[in-house]
Amino acid sequence: MHAQTTTAVLPSPRPEIESRIEIDRSSRSVIIYYWTTSLFWLTMATLAGLISSIKLHSPEFLGGIEWLTFGRIRPVHWDTAIYGFGGLAASGTLLWLQARLCQVRLPYPTLLRVGCVIFNFGVLIGAIGILMGHSTGVEALEFPIWAMPFLVIPYVFIVIANFTMYAKKKTNHTYVSQWYLMAVTVWFPILVLTAEACTNFGAVDGVSQAIANWWYGHNVVGLFATPTGIAAAYYLIPKVIGKPIHSYHLSLLGFWSNAIFYNWAGTHHLTGGPLPAWTITLGIVGSMMMFIPVITIGINHHMTMLGSFHHLKTSPTLRFAVMGSMVYTLASFQGSLEALRSHQEITHFTHYTIGHVHFGMYGFFAPLMFAMMYYAMPRLMNQEWSSARLIRIHFWCTLVGMLVYTLAMCFAGVRQGMMMNDPSIPFLNIVRFTIPFLAMRTLGGLILLTGTIAFLINFIRIITPHRVTYDSPTLFTSDRDWDDVLEREKELAGTRLVDGGQTA
Amino acid sequence: MSRTLMLILGIFLTIASSVTGLIIIPNWQFQALKPVIKPDGQQYPAPYVGEAAIGRGVYIDQGCIYCHTQQVRMKGYGADIRRGWGTRRSVPRDYLYDRPHQLGTMRTGPDLASIATRQPSADWHALHLYNPQITSSGSVMPRFDYLFTEVKESSRVTFDAVKLPAAAVHDGVTHIVPTDRGRALIAFLKRLNQSFPFPEANQ
Repeated sequence: MHAQTTTAVLPSPRPEIESRIEIDRSSRSVIIYYWTTSLFWLTMATLAGLISSIKLHSPEFLGGIEWLTFGRIRPVHWDTAIYGFGGLAASGTLLWLQARLCQVRLPYPTLLRVGCVIFNFGVLIGAIGILMGHSTGVEALEFPIWAMPFLVIPYVFIVIANFTMYAKKKTNHTYVSQWYLMAVTVWFPILVLTAEACTNFGAVDGVSQAIANWWYGHNVVGLFATPTGIAAAYYLIPKVIGKPIHSYHLSLLGFWSNAIFYNWAGTHHLTGGPLPAWTITLGIVGSMMMFIPVITIGINHHMTMLGSFHHLKTSPTLRFAVMGSMVYTLASFQGSLEALRSHQEITHFTHYTIGHVHFGMYGFFAPLMFAMMYYAMPRLMNQEWSSARLIRIHFWCTLVGMLVYTLAMCFAGVRQGMMMNDPSIPFLNIVRFTIPFLAMRTLGGLILLTGTIAFLINFIRIITPHRVTYDSPTLFTSDRDWDDVLEREKELAGTRLVDGGQTA
Repeated sequence: MSRTLMLILGIFLTIASSVTGLIIIPNWQFQALKPVIKPDGQQYPAPYVGEAAIGRGVYIDQGCIYCHTQQVRMKGYGADIRRGWGTRRSVPRDYLYDRPHQLGTMRTGPDLASIATRQPSADWHALHLYNPQITSSGSVMPRFDYLFTEVKESSRVTFDAVKLPAAAVHDGVTHIVPTDRGRALIAFLKRLNQSFPFPEANQ
């Protein structure tokens, strides 16, 4: 009895921290596979996007090369961005978050690693297939059908792991992020399989295919990227500032209204098209109803942040997360308004849509994935980010590049649409008008690429063992920099050599 | 556990509802659509066969859809008809044989739903595809010169060769001959025609 009491008083680490360390140890090797390869595809997608962008204002750039023609490199950009970067970054986020929130070890690590390799192979052969001219011709689903099993099968592994963790969870309650993560693994396989069946396997023909296509094209963003991004924001914002989420009831309303309305919104991509008006009206109603979840989720995120904005000065995770959640609100408002017929009369078929997509993907989804990585990687690797300066470069390039891109495209799109609706303006004059804005987009893309490369360097650094260790986190205010780290590594290397000499 | 099941069921039902409402029900409505048999026995729309079918594949693999739509909006909504892109709005029956559909969502270039009526000349298409600057100076369309064989000696010009305008002659190349794929693409473009007056287009 006496002995037992003594053991209990012995100083030991807090059990919940112990368990978190153990969970992170179990997920470490898997998450690194997903996130590292996701950044490889982000770089590839950005390069492909940049080539497409340059070709649109300087068509002679890499001209006359069939496998790099605009109509092939452009879908490679989209597919590597959404499946390569989006799919892998979101899956890594899902696995890490679910393990943490269920407080269980990540199951089937070998299966998930093998799945990651297969998925990457699928994206690779899919992209090569498009470059070789085997695109299916269905927007957002261009990968040849023989590449799709390599994407679908590994995703089944992720679904299994996600459900296993949820079934074994050690907590009594379910956190709001977990609803979104569960939803993603139900929605995404149904989305892909239904859309493939309807389009590339020809279950329906003609205009029904167009509906299925845009039901998918809108939902792959809305029911895959968006819920993962929202889940990340719901996790990171309260975690970093140490405050609970503003309102549980609002998060409930936000989740279900998002689930009910988003998946009806896709047909607004076909406004004015050869479809019964009611199908498009449904899409517009769905888009308008999206104001409910968007406002609800916005209130929840921004009210939680209220009074804690000073943390933005220091925390890289928080800065990316807040940028993401703020752009989520703005891009969603923009998207809902865009669905209106009077708006579509002008902006449909123009660069405005491209601007909106990038605003959402690079202003909301990508920053939240970056925030997840900035938060989780030091915990997974047990070492800090090497350079605060590279994080600063990454943040400002992401913000500025995204704004330059979005503003140039949206402004050009509105003018382009108005000019197209005036038949007295020759079509080629409209093309000439857009060229300076298309060049600005290339500039925006270059800035984004610079940020990506800065992040990539820091990321490669954190997944390789350091000699230098830090006992404090790398914050925006740290003067920790790449040169200092190299300098200190050199010094340490020298010391070791001397030590070695002495012992010998 | 029952709460978990309710969560999963609810999530499933949300997506099942939109599959039903947006894909299954409209598709069921479209089942009734049939092509029209004209008095001379011709059918509209007709399936793509022969060169046009191959050409549709080239249209898809070159990714024309990323800059060109194939859908004309109704009169008074946009300026599609006033720009001469069609004589009436497009209707579901125009697309009975489109697999995969190529409606498109972007007009970096003009709509092609009825390009055959605007540009009936195969030679124009050949020159335009070979180098868009020849026919449309200032265009940002890529050149598809790899769909053509360049001919240098005029003595060996075949009957299907297209003569380059003087300004476009370069390195002794005076004529171009479409390759099989180039000819198929042109055959497909020459079939894009939505001028048949469907009664429902006026509703």
